[in-house]
Amino acid sequence: MAAAPLRFEKATVRGFDPRAVRREFPIFTTHPELVFLDSGASAQKPRAVIDGIAEFYRTDYANVHRGVYSLSARATDRFEEAREKARAFLNAADEREIVFLRGATEAINLVAHSWGPACLKAGDEIMISDVEHHSNIVPWQMLCERLGARLVVAPTDATGQFDLAAFEALLSPRTRLVAVTHISNVTGTLLPIARIIELAHATGAKVLVDGCQALPRMPVDVQALGCDFYVFSGHKAYGPTGTGILYGRYDALQSMPPWQTGGGMILSVEYAKTEFQDPPHRFEAGTPDIAGAVGLGLALDFVESLGREAIAEHEQALTGYAVDQLSRIPDVQIAPGGQHQLSIVSFNIDGVHPHDVGTVLDQHGVAVRVGHHCAQPLMEKLGIAGTVRASLGVYNDEEDIDRLAKAVEACREMFVR
Amino acid sequence: MNDSGIDLRELYQDIILDHGRHPRNFRALEHPTHLARGHNPLCGDRVTVYLAVEGDRIVDVSFEGRGCAISTAAASLMTEVLKGKTVAEARALFAQFHARVTGGEAGESPETLQDDIDRLEPLTGVKAFPVRVKCATLPWHAFEAALKSGLAAATVKTE
Repeated sequence: MAAAPLRFEKATVRGFDPRAVRREFPIFTTHPELVFLDSGASAQKPRAVIDGIAEFYRTDYANVHRGVYSLSARATDRFEEAREKARAFLNAADEREIVFLRGATEAINLVAHSWGPACLKAGDEIMISDVEHHSNIVPWQMLCERLGARLVVAPTDATGQFDLAAFEALLSPRTRLVAVTHISNVTGTLLPIARIIELAHATGAKVLVDGCQALPRMPVDVQALGCDFYVFSGHKAYGPTGTGILYGRYDALQSMPPWQTGGGMILSVEYAKTEFQDPPHRFEAGTPDIAGAVGLGLALDFVESLGREAIAEHEQALTGYAVDQLSRIPDVQIAPGGQHQLSIVSFNIDGVHPHDVGTVLDQHGVAVRVGHHCAQPLMEKLGIAGTVRASLGVYNDEEDIDRLAKAVEACREMFVR
Repeated sequence: MNDSGIDLRELYQDIILDHGRHPRNFRALEHPTHLARGHNPLCGDRVTVYLAVEGDRIVDVSFEGRGCAISTAAASLMTEVLKGKTVAEARALFAQFHARVTGGEAGESPETLQDDIDRLEPLTGVKAFPVRVKCATLPWHAFEAALKSGLAAATVKTE
């Protein structure tokens, strides 16, 4: 059975009309006044995803890869169809390079636990950047502790730009893995991923890219990039929570032992020995989040229907507008996002704690995230306890930014004066 | 201009803003008999509470740290009301304060503490902002931990 048809016609967004996009998200029908600027934490869900998941449960649901009956075959088809959608979305060469997981965190942990011990030894180095989310720091830190390897941190400069020269100087034959984010979840800095991959590969290191912030809003082609691993969370890409993708080059995945074991990932089991399936099933132990995967596929369809070039263009313009509007307000300090900043603007009001700002903004109907954004080492570097972070989605427009700026003004009036 | 109908100034009353900007007793004690740290991992707020207790009386109390307006004002007001109290009175005040900000059962409030309870009244605005209640109680939890642990420098977390 075909996926639930998108009710969103591409023609209606020619030139990109966020107000029309907004109508596809039922949350804004429930809360018409909501200014939602926290898509970087988790995006809202379009009707196509919400209804599509319910429709799947009503019509095609059964366990996958198990039953010989036709309903199970249909469920399997829908599940594998979602895998193909993820492949196409990333332009991976082969759908066997797509592993369904619970999220980017689980994907990074899988690589750390499976690829890590198989390919690293004491004295080796893993390089990350200084704008990573905790989920791209802690798994590597723990792996390094276990193996006697070393965690090396490549810096961004004072403008928030990734320092390629410093990165190149830190690369060495000991560098076995470079794990970096595509877009910083704090500053919105777009890292020069293509160049990072090129330089890392030249010294023989593998590269993992955390695509959580980038994938929902710009074209990503893993073959053109040449990265070895690319991970993202479905819930930040307008899909359901509890879903995520690990893309791994097939030769890399094939060389990796299973991490979690159980049903669904075996060829044969004897008490003395078990033979495992090839990737991706080797890494999908147990019944997967079937409806979640179907929902993620629908979310990717939705994003594609808008067009990622169009989304990137829209959010780029809106990011610039937000930086501009916020920087006009006295006492507002914006965390620098480098030359290419996309969809995320972090700021502080001098002398006002981010949590107080968050409460005032909430009272003005503006939802932002405040705090350390799971990036405590970066906060330490910036010398601040936290920031107020506005992050964009396809439903945001200039009016949302105007209301944000107005609420920030009100907050400043209350606290600074 | 807000969805909930709650007035922000109920939360951010002038006395809160004042103590948030200009906290009283914001320093380390040179010779504390008790100290403890409070940490809210959610927002990264940290507070250290210092006590000088002689016999059963709190002769001096101060704090240091970094926090939002609510937690800073709560710590500042706490130091003001605790100075000169007996340990038993201080504990009774905490019980009253805790009940008032969480909407719990306060029980009988001792007549002699009524002025101090009134003094802390502006902080009870957090009741309408459940995610901010921990900001107001953090310094008090640190105070309680200090009483228990002496100079062992206990750390309490809000979660």
